[in-house]
Amino acid sequence: MNAPVTTPITYAKALNAALIAMMREDERVHFLGEDILDPYGGAFKISKGLSTAYPDRVITTPISEAGFTGLATGMALRGLRPIVEIMFGDFLAIAADQIVNHMAKFVTMYGRTIEVPIVVRTPMGGGRGYGATHSQSLEKLFFGTPNLMVVAPSHAHDPGRLLRDAVALARPVLYIEHKMLYPESLLESGGSLTVETLSGDPFPTVLMKNFSRGAADVLIVAYGGMSRLLAPLARQMADEEINLAIVLPSCLSPLAVDPILPLAAECGRVLVVEEGTSGFDWGAEVAAQIYAGAYRRLKAPIARLASRPEII
Amino acid sequence: RDIVCSNHRGHGHFLAFGGAAKPLIAEIMGDPSGICGGIGGSQHIQFGNFYSNGILGGMSPVAAGMALAEKRKGSGAVVVQFLGDGALAEGIVSEAFNMAALWSLPILFVVESNGFAQSTPTALEHAGNLSQRGASYGIPIAELDGNDVLGVHQAAVAAVRETQAGGGPRILFMNTYRLGPHSKGDDPRDPQEIARHAEVAPIRRARAGLDAEWCDAVDRKIASEVAQIVGEIRNARVAAQ
Repeated sequence: MNAPVTTPITYAKALNAALIAMMREDERVHFLGEDILDPYGGAFKISKGLSTAYPDRVITTPISEAGFTGLATGMALRGLRPIVEIMFGDFLAIAADQIVNHMAKFVTMYGRTIEVPIVVRTPMGGGRGYGATHSQSLEKLFFGTPNLMVVAPSHAHDPGRLLRDAVALARPVLYIEHKMLYPESLLESGGSLTVETLSGDPFPTVLMKNFSRGAADVLIVAYGGMSRLLAPLARQMADEEINLAIVLPSCLSPLAVDPILPLAAECGRVLVVEEGTSGFDWGAEVAAQIYAGAYRRLKAPIARLASRPEII
Repeated sequence: RDIVCSNHRGHGHFLAFGGAAKPLIAEIMGDPSGICGGIGGSQHIQFGNFYSNGILGGMSPVAAGMALAEKRKGSGAVVVQFLGDGALAEGIVSEAFNMAALWSLPILFVVESNGFAQSTPTALEHAGNLSQRGASYGIPIAELDGNDVLGVHQAAVAAVRETQAGGGPRILFMNTYRLGPHSKGDDPRDPQEIARHAEVAPIRRARAGLDAEWCDAVDRKIASEVAQIVGEIRNARVAAQ
């Protein structure tokens, strides 16, 4: 992971700094979304300072999620590098046609690969009391969509670096941020917890462990905002001498299970944890891929923990 | 330099754009020699600055985004987006009208109002004044007889020049009639009604000012070329099997 810093940077600040750096370095980068202009700076303040520094390339939009997502897709087709902010992830449903039938389709629908460099960022998840339409984890609606990568950094990742990687990839990326992670300091090794990067290209998987000797009793597979709950859990379990290995992929779809398989095989007990509703969930894909690659080594059926399939 | 965003019924747009007939027909037939390798098919064609997609109205914001990009680049390009009357019932078109007018984008929306959305006549699906949908956004609208070829040409040239000069978006609303079925032969309309409209169809009317023998010769040449192209593609496919 990163070298230790004196003042830990927050998840929100890392995103903000990455946006400012990208705008500075590349004139093709444009930022679009609702209420993103200073002094307001976006509902979660991720774009604070951006419009002051780059007024021409920060475009505040009408409340037309489908409209400005399609607009940004058109900009991408004509050589610009738009980054779109959807204020709440729940509103992705409004833009779904533009994402599925336009943005992602253009990549290969015309018989050859076309560059569609666009990143759609959005906060998901509950925890702030916003209720049923502003707290969901709707990323699962987009899993498995051809030519659309779904990326979700935990706070054990560097969300700024991942955002820069997503823009550099020059293909459609849905970039999921958990709103409870914004004020969190980025997680680094310390105390009983070690944090290491398993694979890094283009989107790294991170491994957290609460033990230095012996083997993991349980391997937990999770992503995004779950790191906020799992890090203290791992510390607590360390006190009880239960060895936890927590693996956090950042690219959710398509899912490359390769970095997870040896861990699953070595441990034999796997639990997949996610905040989204249970059933047809990310954990089902993770479990299917682990079964396919490591079933002889499993000591118990893979367990999945997710939200009840009800409204929040 | 200029860009065309077409819709599900874009073969004519493609030919008018300057696209060649043979790769277009091959594409419709799903043949690898098609413009898009036979992957796109009838509704999904991309060639140079020509883009089409099969979701009604869905290309409106994409076209507006292209216009925004070209405006930023200072290329002077105009984006022309083709819509049908049916697509005007999609909310995304209104979103695109709003953004195009708000940011004064170089885009021309061309509405081919042909009276039917698949099988549904306009009167069963649109309230109010359909041609004036863009008016409340402040977009100048030219409503015209879409069957008058020269009149359409003049209006299109004027509208493109205005938006190219920085005048923001324009709408050409062209009243016409769909002579053919929506897609297959499942046309429930009264044949007599279709025949009446065929009398005043654009090509029939345009012939009036031209030499009839020459027109017939052109028709025969086109029919023979199309038959030949289809034959060639079929034969090549059989030979490849």
